[in-house]
Amino acid sequence: MNDSKSATTDPPGYAPVNYLNETWGLKSWLLTLDHKRIGILYLISVSFYFALGGLMAALIRIELATPQGDLVSPDWYNRLFTMHGVMMIFFFLIPAVPGVLGNFLLPLMIGAKDVAFPKVNLASWYLYNIGALFSLWALLHGGVDTGWTFYTPLSTSYSTTHVIAVGLGIFINGFSSILAGVNFMVTIHRMRAPGQGWFRLPLFVWGIYATSLIQVLGTPVLAITILLLAAERLFHIGVFDPRYGGDPVLFQHFFWFYSHPAVYIMILPAMGVISEIVAACARKRIFGYKFVAFASVAIATLGFLVWAHHMFVSGMSVYAGAVFSILTMFVAVPSAVKVFNWTATLYKGSVVWETPMLYALGFIGVFVIGGLTGTMLATMGLDAHIHDTYFLVAHFHYVMVGSAVMGFLGGIHFWWPKITGRLYPRFASKFAAIVVFVGFNVTFFPQFILGYLGMPRRYHTYPPEFQTLNVMSSAGATILGVGYLIPMLYLLWSLKFGPKASANPWGAVGLEWETTSPPPVANFAKSPVVTTEAYDYAARAAREVPVGG
Amino acid sequence: MAADPHGASPGLAHHFDSYEQQKESATLGMWLFIVQEILFFGGLFFAYALFRWKYPVAFNHGSLHLDVTLGTFNTVVLIASSLTVAMAVRSAQLARPKRLVGFLLGTAVLGSIFLGVKAYEYHHKWVEHLVPGPGFAFEGPGAENARIFFSLYFAMTGLHALHMVVGIAILLFLLKPAWQGRYTPESHNLVEGFGLYWHFVDIIWIFLFPLLYLAGRHHIL
Amino acid sequence: MTPNAPLFPTSASELARSVDTLFFFALAFSLFFAVLIAVLIALLGSKYRRRHPDEVGVAIDDHAPSSKRLELAWTSIPFGLLLILFGWGTWVFFLQMRPPDDAVEYWVTGKQWMWKMQHPDGTREINELHVPLGQAVKLKMISEDVIHDFFVPAFRVHVDVLPSRYTTYWFKADKTGTFHLFCGQYCGVEHAYMVGRIVVMDPKEYEQWLAGVRPGRGPLRTGEELFIANACNTCHRPDSSARAPILNGIFGKSVKMIDGASVVADDGYIRDSILNPQARIVAGYQPIMPTFKGVISEEELLQLVEYVKKLPPPAAGAEGAR
Repeated sequence: MNDSKSATTDPPGYAPVNYLNETWGLKSWLLTLDHKRIGILYLISVSFYFALGGLMAALIRIELATPQGDLVSPDWYNRLFTMHGVMMIFFFLIPAVPGVLGNFLLPLMIGAKDVAFPKVNLASWYLYNIGALFSLWALLHGGVDTGWTFYTPLSTSYSTTHVIAVGLGIFINGFSSILAGVNFMVTIHRMRAPGQGWFRLPLFVWGIYATSLIQVLGTPVLAITILLLAAERLFHIGVFDPRYGGDPVLFQHFFWFYSHPAVYIMILPAMGVISEIVAACARKRIFGYKFVAFASVAIATLGFLVWAHHMFVSGMSVYAGAVFSILTMFVAVPSAVKVFNWTATLYKGSVVWETPMLYALGFIGVFVIGGLTGTMLATMGLDAHIHDTYFLVAHFHYVMVGSAVMGFLGGIHFWWPKITGRLYPRFASKFAAIVVFVGFNVTFFPQFILGYLGMPRRYHTYPPEFQTLNVMSSAGATILGVGYLIPMLYLLWSLKFGPKASANPWGAVGLEWETTSPPPVANFAKSPVVTTEAYDYAARAAREVPVGG
Repeated sequence: MAADPHGASPGLAHHFDSYEQQKESATLGMWLFIVQEILFFGGLFFAYALFRWKYPVAFNHGSLHLDVTLGTFNTVVLIASSLTVAMAVRSAQLARPKRLVGFLLGTAVLGSIFLGVKAYEYHHKWVEHLVPGPGFAFEGPGAENARIFFSLYFAMTGLHALHMVVGIAILLFLLKPAWQGRYTPESHNLVEGFGLYWHFVDIIWIFLFPLLYLAGRHHIL
Repeated sequence: MTPNAPLFPTSASELARSVDTLFFFALAFSLFFAVLIAVLIALLGSKYRRRHPDEVGVAIDDHAPSSKRLELAWTSIPFGLLLILFGWGTWVFFLQMRPPDDAVEYWVTGKQWMWKMQHPDGTREINELHVPLGQAVKLKMISEDVIHDFFVPAFRVHVDVLPSRYTTYWFKADKTGTFHLFCGQYCGVEHAYMVGRIVVMDPKEYEQWLAGVRPGRGPLRTGEELFIANACNTCHRPDSSARAPILNGIFGKSVKMIDGASVVADDGYIRDSILNPQARIVAGYQPIMPTFKGVISEEELLQLVEYVKKLPPPAAGAEGAR
C-alpha cells in the first residue's frame, strides 16, 4: 500500500490508505460505525430510489405528451404519481443531503472523530432501508393510489391499495429521520473542536442543525398521523371519517403540520451546500455570515407556523387562512436574505465557474423562481385559482428538483475529490450541469403557464388546447433525464480512472480540506484546534492549484 | 485525555474526548428524544381536545365506563416506579451495584403490575364490546360518537403501554451490566437516560388518567 | 397565443379579472427580482473572475454600517412588497369567498365521479350547469363520498367539496360561453374524468332553456314529503310540549345546548342534527332522537334542510318554544 512508486506520483494530500480501503469485505461495510462509510451507504440507497422515482416520472411525462390517457390506465397513472411522490420525498429528498453529505462532512467540519452516536447512525441507515423496503414491496404489489398526501376519507375508506404498507414504510423511515436529527444536533452541540464557537462554524453545519431541529420536532407528528390513518382504515375509529363523526380536514391539518416543515428539511441542507460552494469558488467569506446562519434557524422555526397555506380552499375559515398567509410571507424573507447574501459574496470575490459553482449559481436562479412562485401561492386571492394546478406542481418542482436536487449534485461534485480521492472530467461535468439546468427549466417552466390556464394536477387526460405546453414539458424531461445520466456515468468512471485528488483541489478553506483525500478512518492525524473565523481566506492564502481533469 | 480501550478509561467511547463530553452528549440526546415523544403524544392530545369539544356527551358518558379505582391504583403504582427508578440512578451515582439492580428490578415489577392491570381493563372492554372495530356496541347517550372516545382511549393508553413495554425490555438489558458493576459514577449514562425515559412515560400517564378516567365525573347528565 | 394553444385563460367574471391584476403585480415584482439576481450573478461572476490560481477574494466587513444597511434594505423591501401582496390577496380572497346577498342559490352534489347540480326551481343537471349572465350565483355544495373540489378556471376560484359539511362557491358571470369545470381535488380513479361545463347564457335564453327542460326531470320528493315520510313531524311539531325542539323559525337563531354552549342553527347544524343528533343535546331535551345516517341521501338532505329553513315561526299564542 505504501509503494514508493505511487508515493512520488500521487498529488500531495492523497492518501492511498484511507477509510475506503483500510478494511475490506461486506461485513466491514454493513456493520461499519464510521460516519464516512455510512455516508457512502446512504449514497447508494438514495441513488437507487431516485432512479426508481425518476423512472416513474418518465412514464408520467410520456403519458402526458398526449391529451388522451393512452399509455397507462387511469388507475395505473394514479399509482404512478403517488409512488413517484412517495419515493422522491421520503426516500430521496429528505435523507439525501443530510444522509450523504451531512454524515460524511459534519464530523470533519467540526474536527471530530465521528458523530455523537455512531451505532445510532448506522441504525438510521438500516431503518431507512427497512422503511423503503416496505414501500418497495407495496410498489411491486401495485403501489398506492391516494396521492402522496393520503387525504381522507379517500385513503381511509375508499382506496383498495396498500396504504398501510406504504404508511408503515414511511413511519419506519421517520424513525431514521428523528434519530439522525438527534444525532446531528448533539454532535454539533457537544463535539466541536476547541476554539470553534458557533459563529466559526461553516454555514453547511448551521444548515444541518436547522434541518435536524425540524426532523426532531416535526417527524413525530407525521408518525402519529400515519398511525391514526392506519387505525381509521383498519378499525374505523372515526377521527377522520365523517361517516363515524370524524373530520377529513383534521387529517389535512395533522398531515401538513409535518409535511410543510418537511420541505424545509429538503431545502436547508442544500442551501448549506450552496454557501460552501460559493465561499470556495469565490474564495471569500459568505457576505453576512450571521444573517445567513440565523436565516437557517428562522426558516426552521417559522416553517412550523405556516402549514395551513396548503388548505386555503379546504373549508377553513378565511380568517384562519389570513393568519397562515401572512406567516408564509414571513418565512419567505430569510430565504430572500440568503439569496442576496450569496450574490453579494461574488462582489470582489475571486470567482471560478467550476462545475460545483455552475450547480450553485443555477440553484440560486431556480430557487428565486421557486420561492417567488411560492409567495404567489401564499397569496390567498391567487391561490383560489392556482391551488392544486400545474402552477403548484411547477412551484414545488422548482424548489425540490431545481433547488434541492441541484444542491445535492453540486455538493457531490464539490466534495467528490474528498470523498473518493478522485477527480472527474471537467468538460463532461460542466456540460452535464448545463444540460440539467436547461432540461429542468424546459420541463417545468411551461407548467406554470399550464397551471394558470387551469390544468389541474393529478390529471392524465386534459383538454387538447393544453397539449403544446405538455409536449414541451415532456421534451424537457428527456433532456433532464440525459443530464442526470451523464454524471452517474463519469462519476463511476472516475472511481477507477479519474486522476487522483490532492487534499484541497479547490484551494478552499475548511477543516475538511485539511485532511487527506480520502480521509483516514480517524478523520485527522491530529485533532484540529480552530483559531480563525469560518472561510478566513485572507488569513490563509490558497495553497493548492486546482488540478484540471 | 485520549480513550484507552484497555481499561484506563473504561466505558469511554473512542470518539469522545472525556467522560464529561460523553455524559453531556448522552443527556442532551435523551432530552431531544423526549421532546419528540412529546410531539408524538401531542397529536393525540390535540385530537382528544378537539373531539371532546365536539362531542361532550359521548366523552362524558364514555369516560364513565372506565374503572376509576383501577386507574387510580395504576397511577399510584406508576408514581412508585418513578421513585424506584430515581433510586436506581442514585445507586449508580454512589457505585452501589446491588442496590442498583434491586431498584431496577423493583421498577420492572411495578411496571409489570401496571401492564397487568391494563391488560385486565382491556379484556374487560373487549367483553363489553367497547373495542372499536366491527364488534363495537355502545348503549347510552352519545352512542353515535362514543366510538371516537374509545378509539382515543385505546390509542393513547395503548401507545403509552407500548412505551412501557419497550422501557421494561430495555431495563432487563441493563440488569446484567449493572450486576457486573459496569455502571460507575463517571459513566452510567444508560441508567440515567433510562431514568429520564421512564419519568417521561410516567408523566404522560399523569395526563392521560384525568383526561380519560375523570372526564365525565363532574358532569353527569 | 392561438386558440389551439392558449397561454392565458379566458376570464368570465369581474372577480376573475381582479385576480389577474393581482397576478400581474406578483409576476412583475417576481420578474424584477429574478432578472435582477440573474444579471447581478452574471455581471459579478464575470467581473471578478479569478485571474491567477492563488488569488483570493477581498473580505468585506460584515459589521460595517454599509453592510448592515444593505442587509436591512434587502430584508425590509421584499418584506414590504410581500405585505402588499398579502393584503391585496386577502382582500380578493374575502370577495371570492363571500357571496353577495342577492346571489341565487343552486345546489351541487359531488360524488365519484360526477357532478349533480340542482337549480332553484328543481331542474337537475349532470356535469353541466346552465346559468344566466349577470346573475350572482352561489352554489351550496356537499360530497357524497370523498373530498372533491369545484374548479372553474374562467372564474379563477377553487372550493373544496367536503363529505362532512356544506361549502359555498359563488360567481357572477359577465361573459356568455362555455367554460371548463374541473374536479380540483384528487378523488380516485376517474378524477381526471370528473369534468364538466359551465354554460353561461343570456337571461332570456336561460329562461327558455329552463322552460324546455323542466318537464320530465326526475322526481325527487320535496322537503315536506321527506319530513313526513321520515316521521320528523311526529316529534318536531310547532305545538310539541316535551319531546323535541320546535323547528319552526329556528333557522339563523342561537340554540342553547345542555352544556351551556350556544350554537347558531345554520344549514350545517340542521344537517348534522339529522345525521348525528346525539353529538350535542339541546338544553331541556332528552337524547332520544334517532340518527338518519344511511337513510337519507345528501340530495334529499339538501331538500330537507331547505324545508326546515323555510318553516315559519310559530304563531303567537301557540304552545311555546323553550
